[in-house]
Parts: sequence; C-alpha cells; structure tokens
Amino acid sequence: MSFVTAVSAGAVRAGTSVMYASLGEVIAQRAGITNLGVEGCMLAGACAAYIVAAETGSPYLGIIAAFAAGGLFAMLHAFLVVTRGANQLASGLALMFLGLGMTAFFGRPYVKVQITPLRDYAIPGLSDLPYLGSVLFHHDVLTYAVFPLAGLLWWFVFRSRWGVMLRAVGESTESAFAVGLHPARIQYAAVTFGGALAGLGGAQISLAYAATWVENLTQGRGFIAVALVIFAMWNPLRAMVGALLFGGAVALQLQLQARGVGVSPLLLDMTPYLLTIVVLLVWAQRGRDAFPAGLTKVFRGTG
Amino acid sequence: MGILPLHAGRWLLCLATVLAIGLLAVACGSDDESETTDGAATSPAAGSASGAASAKTTVIGFLYVGAVDDGGYNQAAYQGQLAVEKLPNVKAIKAENVPESAEAERVMEQMIQQGATIIFPTSFGHLDPAIKVGEKYPNVTFLHQGGLKTAKNVGTYFGASWEANYLAGIAAGKATKSNKLGYVVAFPISQTLLNINAFELGAKSVNAAATTTVVFTANWCDPAKISESVKNLKAQGVDVLNQHQDCPGAGIQAAEKAGMFSVGYHVDGSKLAPNGWLTAATWDWAKLFVDLVNQVRGGTYKVSQVRLSMADGAVKLAPFGKAVPKDVRDQIAATQAKLLSGQLQIFAGPIKDQSGAERIAAGAKQPEVTSLEQMNYLVEGVIGKIPN
Repeated sequence: MSFVTAVSAGAVRAGTSVMYASLGEVIAQRAGITNLGVEGCMLAGACAAYIVAAETGSPYLGIIAAFAAGGLFAMLHAFLVVTRGANQLASGLALMFLGLGMTAFFGRPYVKVQITPLRDYAIPGLSDLPYLGSVLFHHDVLTYAVFPLAGLLWWFVFRSRWGVMLRAVGESTESAFAVGLHPARIQYAAVTFGGALAGLGGAQISLAYAATWVENLTQGRGFIAVALVIFAMWNPLRAMVGALLFGGAVALQLQLQARGVGVSPLLLDMTPYLLTIVVLLVWAQRGRDAFPAGLTKVFRGTG
Repeated sequence: MGILPLHAGRWLLCLATVLAIGLLAVACGSDDESETTDGAATSPAAGSASGAASAKTTVIGFLYVGAVDDGGYNQAAYQGQLAVEKLPNVKAIKAENVPESAEAERVMEQMIQQGATIIFPTSFGHLDPAIKVGEKYPNVTFLHQGGLKTAKNVGTYFGASWEANYLAGIAAGKATKSNKLGYVVAFPISQTLLNINAFELGAKSVNAAATTTVVFTANWCDPAKISESVKNLKAQGVDVLNQHQDCPGAGIQAAEKAGMFSVGYHVDGSKLAPNGWLTAATWDWAKLFVDLVNQVRGGTYKVSQVRLSMADGAVKLAPFGKAVPKDVRDQIAATQAKLLSGQLQIFAGPIKDQSGAERIAAGAKQPEVTSLEQMNYLVEGVIGKIPN
C-alpha cells in the first residue's frame, strides 16, 4: 500500500471518533454552552456501547446505547448550567471526572469480556477504486455515517431555520427570548445532542476501532475534540477537516515508524494542539467573528 | 435565566458530592482489602519469621499503574498479590491507576498511614516516588518491580522476560511468510529494548531473513492507538505481531482480524486469537512475592536487585496456539532446555547494533543481567529508531 494511501486510510480510522465528538461540541457551543466534559460523554458512550453489545450480542444495539448514554450525561451538564446557572468550566470538568470514575466502575466486569465488533463493510464497486477505495470504502457503519453527518450539520447550522434559532440563542439568549424563542429548551437540546454524538465517537472506539473496553479507553480524545472546535471556528465542515488532520497526524507517525523512519511519537501527539494555537494566532480576527457571543458567559452558566 | 451566582456555588457543591460518591463507589469496588485473622503463629513458608514478628498483622501495599484486570502487566502482578494475601496475618491494600508521578508518593504515604510496612510499587515509573517516600519512612520496605537502582530501604525485582521472547521469536521466525515481524511497544525503556532484541535474535536463529519493525505508541495502554499501529504494520507486509504494552488485548484482536500471527505479553491471550496465536512471555510472581514478604517479615531481607529467569519459574512461555506446528514446538523445547542449563546464552557475542557496530565482542560471554538491563540500542535486523 502506498504511503499516501496508508496515511489517508489511517487518518479516517483515527479521526472518526474525534470527529463525532467535535461535531457534537460545535452544536453545543453554537448554542452558547461550552462542554468540557466531552471526554466523559465519550467514555459513557464507549462503556455503555460495550456493555450492551456484550449483553445482547449486538453491536448495533450498542450504538443506540452509546447515543443515549452520551446524551444523558450531557443533559446533566445542561441541567447544571442552563437550569442552575453553574459555572460551565467547573461543571464540564466535573462531568469528565464523573465519566471516568463511573465507566471505570461499571465497565470493570466487562474488561475481560469479548464482543462481536462492528463489521467492516467493503462497498461493492467503490471499494476497488484506486486510493479512494482503501481510504473511504472499507469501514464500519459509524465511520460511513460521520461524513454525511458533518455535511448535514453544516446545512443545519448555516442553511436551516433551526440553525438560525440555534445561532441566535448562542449569540444572545435575551434577544432570542425577545423574538419568542425558548433559549433554555434549545440549549438543552443542543448540549444533549452534542453529548450523544460524543457518545457515538466513544462507541466507534469500543465497538469497532479497538473493539475492546479498558478504563479510560478514550485517552484524552475528548479534549482534542474541544480543541478542534476552536480550530474549526464553530463550523462542522472545518471540524471534519480538523479531525482528519488529527487522525492524519496519528497515522503519519505510526506509518513512518512502520517504515523504519524515526520520528518522535511525543512530538506528533502535540499536532492537534499546535494546529489550534496556529489557528488562534493566524485567524484571531476571523475567529472572533465566528465566536458565538454567548460563550463569554462560561463563568456563570447561561446567566 | 438571571440566576444568582450563589446558586451556582451551591449546585456545584451538590455535583461535587455526587462526584465524590461516584469516586467512592469506584474505590470501594476496587479495594478489596483482605485480612487473614487466623491464629496460626507461623506459616510453614515463613520459616525464620517466628513468634512475635509474624503474630502481628503485616500490612502490605500494592500500587498498580493500571487496572488489575487489564489482561496484561498489572493483572500478572495482581496474581502475585493474591498469593501474598493467602499468607497468615497479612493484610493487603491495593491502589490501581496510580500515575507515575508525585501522585504515587501520596498513595504510598496513605498506605503507610494505614500501617503498611511493605510496599510493592509495581510500575517502572513508581521507582523515584518510592525512593523519595522511603527517605521519609526508613522502617518501611519497598519492593519495586523492574527498577534499575536501589536505595537504603528500596529493593527491586524483575524477571528475564526476554528469555521467553527469544523462544517466541523462534515461533515467529518459523511462522512468518513475509519475513517481516512487528513489535508494538509503549516506551523505549531498556527492558523493552531487551525484549525486542531477544525476539529478533530468536527469529534470526531459525530464519536469517527475519526482520523486526518497531512502533512506539508513547502510552502504556491506548487500545485505539495499538490497533492503528497494527494496521500500519500490516500495510507494510508485517505478518507477526509482538507487543510490549500493559494491555495487549486490543492488539492481539486487531492482528487476528488482519490475519496476522500474534505473540502476547504478560498473560495468556490465546482466546483472543484462535487462529493466529503463537505464544507469549508471561509472569508468575506468586512464589517470589511470597518469598520476599517472608524475608522482610523475618528480618532476613537485604536490599538487592532480584532478577529471576525462566529457570526460576517466574517467567514462562504461554501455551502454544495451533499455528505453531509440532516440529517447531519441539525445537523451542530443545532451545529452552539449553537456555535453562546455561548452554545457550542469548546475548553472547558477537552482538551488533543496527549500525553494524559490535556492542558485545565476538567470543564474549553474555553480560550480567544488571548490565544487560542498561541496554540502549537495537540489534541488527530490527527496523525503527529509538525516539529520544
């Protein structure tokens, strides 16, 4: 397999879980709520998916469980922040630690259990295409679903009436309220949906990519997803690109090593954060324009 | 809207409480402190530890860098803890997921507050914290797994897993069709380099064309990254996987899915790879842990670097998979016999590194274990660079 093909295919594999989480966080932040607990939502999804897949024998039921678990977890954040006006940063971090502890506890009996993982499907006709076939058309259903989802969410945010409502709430809950919207409801929905997507990202790791459950399975990918939202300037399609860049950095270093070229894995692990810093430096002004004004209220909930 | 910051504080407190309860539940779930209160004055194994010394309960603390059911490194060490718990008048305390940082010092101090007089910090990076805590508590004995230095009250123990990896290399060298073996490892510590080198030397002893490609993941347990590493090795034609990871399970499954052969580590993982399983270097710490505890309790323990080998039974080869044919099994058994008798020395000269430079001169005997554990190079035939 050629170098470019191998790295591109790896980028899609390693980027998918982060892409789900990042897309979810874009939606939440578009409603003016920062959820630093994405990592916890991913873990909740990964763990719930694995448990359900182990108990029922069906990884597809696991996907549903992940969506629900990630969503419920994020709903806790919405409750604290929207209903109770808690500090968004503190609530999000607490959610992350809660997720880590709870999944470690409930997941423990399943560490030794094996599941039937999600199958990779080669799409007939397309999977034999040069380059694209290997990169895009040998994956599990969650990987196939994430690309159309990114496009759909872009359309939703920028082209649909609901997107206007979502963005209005993210800019100013007061103005949105004044034109007759229910800001709290919209924020609940956005945060919960965001967590549900993070849950799917976790499930992609536990059901397909690693097909295994261990404590802290996500290893900080939830925080990379949050960093990518800033890189993406709250645009779902840019989040997709960011996640692929992250996945590409992972795949690049592993492929270089597999070819006997020495690179420091520690250096390349910094890539997503470096990208974010570069974006902050270069596009500072444009970033400010895209920034949902409601996010300035992180310290006092939605106040 | 318009909620006072006061509320925020109160609700945050609530959340903190929920969090604390959650963490407590986890702690309770994982902390099985077992205590043997039976009145037996001495155990037969305790030997010299007679009378007053062993009538008192000895509290022993075990630190693990991961979970004790990780199907790997920590699980193997935990089996040793379970054996220690069977001794009379012993109470074991365990702490899982202890990072290799100042956090480990706090955990050890807590254990000492609970009366621990013997502590097993079982991860490589727990050594410096143990030495630091040891300076404060000279009456506590620390028995560190894999450490390369000692202190007044800090001794170490480890086993020559590389001997088993040499034998696994024979199975791998025979099994490979592409002559490309892969090794997915966490960090370039010397014991890892020893394992890689021994594996390559074992493979080359039966297949001159065999090479071993190394991939570093810079994480003791990231199953997703391990899986990705396996796929990248597969893309380069590698068809046998070996690992130095705390949780090799995901890698074994990924290799099986990709139609590769697999060598495990720490514990038998054959169930994960019914077709491609070859064997694994595994640990059996039970006897050593019990011996060490008895020595400390009996006052006969002297700080040292205990190094056990296959001959001591601390390092074992896991059962072979069906991918290892009879003649290869026989060959491995014969080689193992030579190894145990000392007739075969894996690192006897000449040993050349990747650049072709001679690191152990032709005709030279295998260096002592403590000097082998300083290994900082990869041997000829290993592909990949040691990251700095």
